Amino acid sequence: MLRFLPALTLLAMLGPVVAGLWGTLLPAFGHLPSAGLFGPSLDPFRSLFAWGGLTDAARLSVTTGLIATALSLGIVALIAASWSGTKAFRILERLLSPLLSVPHAAAAFGLAFLIAPSGWVSRLLSPALTGWDRPPDLLIVQDPLGLAMIAGLVVKEVPFLLLMTIAAIGQAQPRRSLLVAQSLGYGRVSGWLKTVFPRVYSQIRLPVYVVIAYSMSVVDVALILGPSTPPTLSVQIVKWMSDPDLSMRLTGAAAALFQLALVIGALCFWWLGERLVARLGNRWIMSGNRGLRDTSVRVLSLGLGSVSAFAVFFGLASLLIWSFAAFWSFPNVLPDGFTMRTWGKHGPNAFATFGETFFIAGVAVLLALMLVLGCLEAEHRSGRPLSRRGLWMLYLPLLVPQTAFLPGLQTLLLSVGADVGRIPVILAHLVFVLPYVFLSLGDPWRAWDTRNAIVAGALGARPWAVFWRVRAPMLLRPILIATAVGISVSVGQYLPTLLIGGGRVSTLTTEAVALASGGDRRAIGVYGLAQTLAALIPFALALIVPAFLWRNRRNLHE
Amino acid sequence: MNKSLTLQDVCILKDGVPLIEVNHTIQAGEVLTIMGPSGVGKSTLLSFITGTLPSAFLGTGQILLDSADITQKPPHARPIGILFQDDLLFPHMSVGANLAFGMPPGGSKTERRAKIDAGLRDVDLEGFADRDPATLSGGQKARVALMRMLLSNPRALLLDEAFSRLDADLRTQVRDLVFKTARERELPVLMVTHDAEDANAAGGKIIELRTLSKA
Amino acid sequence: MKYLALVAALAAPTFAFANPDPADWDAVTAEAKGQTVYWNAWGGSTTTNDFIAWVGDRVMEDYGVTLEHVKLTDTADAVTRVLSEKQAGEDDDGAIDMIWINGSNFAAMKEADLLFGPFAEQLPNWAVVDSEGKTVQTDFTVPVEGYESPWAMAQVVFVHNTATMPDSLGSMDALLEWAQANPGRFSYPQPPDFLGTTFLKQALVDILDDPSVLQEEATDENYGEVTAPLWAYLDALTPHLWREGRAYPATGTAMFPLIADGELDLSISFSPGAASTAIANFELPDTVRTFVLDKGTIGNASFVAVPYNSGSAAGAMVVANFLMSPEAQARAQDPNVLGYGTVLNMDALTADDRAAFDALELGIATLSPAELGSVQAEPHPSWMTRIADDWAERYGAGQ
Repeated sequence: MLRFLPALTLLAMLGPVVAGLWGTLLPAFGHLPSAGLFGPSLDPFRSLFAWGGLTDAARLSVTTGLIATALSLGIVALIAASWSGTKAFRILERLLSPLLSVPHAAAAFGLAFLIAPSGWVSRLLSPALTGWDRPPDLLIVQDPLGLAMIAGLVVKEVPFLLLMTIAAIGQAQPRRSLLVAQSLGYGRVSGWLKTVFPRVYSQIRLPVYVVIAYSMSVVDVALILGPSTPPTLSVQIVKWMSDPDLSMRLTGAAAALFQLALVIGALCFWWLGERLVARLGNRWIMSGNRGLRDTSVRVLSLGLGSVSAFAVFFGLASLLIWSFAAFWSFPNVLPDGFTMRTWGKHGPNAFATFGETFFIAGVAVLLALMLVLGCLEAEHRSGRPLSRRGLWMLYLPLLVPQTAFLPGLQTLLLSVGADVGRIPVILAHLVFVLPYVFLSLGDPWRAWDTRNAIVAGALGARPWAVFWRVRAPMLLRPILIATAVGISVSVGQYLPTLLIGGGRVSTLTTEAVALASGGDRRAIGVYGLAQTLAALIPFALALIVPAFLWRNRRNLHE
Repeated sequence: MNKSLTLQDVCILKDGVPLIEVNHTIQAGEVLTIMGPSGVGKSTLLSFITGTLPSAFLGTGQILLDSADITQKPPHARPIGILFQDDLLFPHMSVGANLAFGMPPGGSKTERRAKIDAGLRDVDLEGFADRDPATLSGGQKARVALMRMLLSNPRALLLDEAFSRLDADLRTQVRDLVFKTARERELPVLMVTHDAEDANAAGGKIIELRTLSKA
Repeated sequence: MKYLALVAALAAPTFAFANPDPADWDAVTAEAKGQTVYWNAWGGSTTTNDFIAWVGDRVMEDYGVTLEHVKLTDTADAVTRVLSEKQAGEDDDGAIDMIWINGSNFAAMKEADLLFGPFAEQLPNWAVVDSEGKTVQTDFTVPVEGYESPWAMAQVVFVHNTATMPDSLGSMDALLEWAQANPGRFSYPQPPDFLGTTFLKQALVDILDDPSVLQEEATDENYGEVTAPLWAYLDALTPHLWREGRAYPATGTAMFPLIADGELDLSISFSPGAASTAIANFELPDTVRTFVLDKGTIGNASFVAVPYNSGSAAGAMVVANFLMSPEAQARAQDPNVLGYGTVLNMDALTADDRAAFDALELGIATLSPAELGSVQAEPHPSWMTRIADDWAERYGAGQ
């Protein structure tokens, strides 16, 4: 049984991706038998290229994706270079879990209210400093360059990349390198960048690629913060896929393939950029430049890191205030009064949706845990660790843009008559939950001292007894953290729920994004908060439960 | 029945190259010491005996325990105890639960508890059953680990650098305890170490290993 | 397809090939008991969502029907869904049992034979519907023929904040002049949002000297000529819109916070009572009022339709009938709830039922039926499809 788990896991992870791409490929070339259309034909691409907004939409996808990734990576590199190993860094590390678990949509809502012309920042400064008694007519959110959208992506991707970087630093043993560099007269930042960063980057490369693919094809953030005249290519794909005119699906499928090509192109471009940066970096290393202007870089990196963290926290605070606000207009910093009305009105439904959200996340994560633990145990027993290719396989579902294969998957499910509902949605969530659970659990699982298993075996414990009675309890904390990561991934899923659920399955994320179009900030506040709580509570439990269970077992607290 | 541990033409290979070869019978109460620098495959030999040889290695030959061939048996079906340089007490279990983990199933709760208490008394740790292993000193942990192993009724004992983490005083103390217990229980003992003092204290035959593969 | 529509058109009102047969109401209610009705309705308005939840409670109480609100961002999604199901051969128990629908979506579904019915005019509460005075038998010039059942009347009103814009405007030309004098203070939702397209229609209807041409299907010959003044108007207006027309609010309700914050002075709504409701919910300042144009404004009815492959058609008809009940209609008209116009004929009601309507405080920003004035008919859907596409090309997809 255990032997088949790795294959089953691959099937659960890649099966839907491959099937979805197939379901996209056929209609992109005019083949959609269920609608009485037979290919091959290039008409879908013709109509795609005839769309007037294509240039702008494609440019937006590429620029927002690449700029957001480059900015996030730059901020993370500077923070790590300036502060890793210090007390400030440990504080930042502790902020990571809550920051990571905040769903993209909630962070985007919060940010939108912070930076809008009528937003909190503007209110704080008005009218005293700005002289505005009415919000200025400035195109800050939904700007055509996608700057607000880039900001929304950066505040969420910085914590993700920082977490990956911290894990990589752990393996790179930076202290000694840094010591050598500093003893040779290098400043902390340049010393770190020259000696540690190359090793760290090779470890976080795949996560960086994930960020590129994600940022280029994200839908919910683009709906909330991105421009609409035209929107990004991903948003337009979703619009085409839901057009009552079935032939638009063909255009949508063609656009999805185009999107895939854009992502592949952007990844290649990035790969070339890596080569260029490596070469420039080498020249910089050879120059022997000691780079002693550390203080300003350190202040800058701390500033950027804090701004991106505070943007999320204050954004959430604004959601909280809106959810209790009576009338609240510009330029008042706080509402005229507070009321329970919004919660009274939306609380019950939000609570019910909370249950549905948790149910879907719970089942998906349970399946993922079973598969991942099974794979890791099989790996342990066979003694064959995951290969480089296996790691790429893990990342594959995260590298293929969602908009490229989910529409195809939806068409495919419909044409085979699979009923919509929770089960397909859970399986679609599993595609994204699995890799994250695997990545989160793999390292601590492998880091476990296997001599424990030898001792337990020598004491007469069978392999499954070793697993249940020794390994799993000792790794309870990482298992629960992986569970929390999985739940937060599932809670944040917008497109899989929307497309595969066929509208019948609503989670806090789909409800919140649906509310976004209505602009009711109070209701958005309730759902955005509920969404954040749904992702945060498991993280809190992952910390509290082991601390409570093992309260008398000192060695299980780090 | 002859109480002994026999390594019959045992050879460990890596990539087809032999690392270590042993052909020896350890009698009850006797200690065989295998010495050599780290990296020659001493621990790998022990993992072959416990049945946990990493897949990169290949082991040939037979392991006979009390004359019965156990080479093909799974790890949990080989009644062989092992001690490492670290105590490897399970951190999520109390001292008593650690001991209970190794005890063969059966007996009432009171009986098992009595056995645990007796075992702890034997190593001068009376009343430690409910303690968190993390609160014990190094010597205390080593004694718990020894007793945990003994309570599982092993028929042979393997020592993998078992004393190298302990400081000088403690080391002698624990080592004497282990060897004394092994003699009392008539256990054949196989010890790997890089420390000559350990080897001398064992008082048995010593096999000195050199790297076979390099030349 | 065409044939079926023809049969429906020729059929006498009582002729029904719907199964279950709405004329046998007892059989319908008996069959409906225990059924679950998936009502696909736009989910962007929290007040509407609450109203639908209340309807769910009531039909459960009276008829044992479970109502699930499937919240859509776009009604077209539901149409797509039914279409896909038909292609996939799912003819008996589709995912959707009822759709909040009107206009081009209805026209498309009726044309493609995707609707159950006719049923609406056999529902018991049809007797109290104002089928003479309200536009409930045509939907954007398309004959309804019982394939959808009305539940609310909507009419375009302009919403202005009297604190910053005291005076109302009488025509679209006046609106343009005002926008030029007050740049950045007006916007409309981005088409194809229905309120956005309604604004375009309202503009066209008001600018044209004789809008009757819009009642006929648009042709390749007359389309360019008829709509030319609209594009000229929009070219003049767009630079003076909020954000210079480089961004648009997503929906009508998304403009409320913009008014509340003082970004906008003027917006448009398709629900005469929505502004009062929003004031009550703290979403708009109490200085907001509404007005209509001198020549009147566009109005239409909101309907519910049942897909041909609903497995719970009986339950859906029970819900549709309840929506037309005096109880539901009075609640919908309450500005504290929805503020939607009623489809009922006051004279056909019992004195008690009428009293419930009379007792409603319409709210400070709501115009009385007399003030709302004459309702202008919706243009034929063919105009709107083309105008929305052209709008997207000119203003929506980057220039």
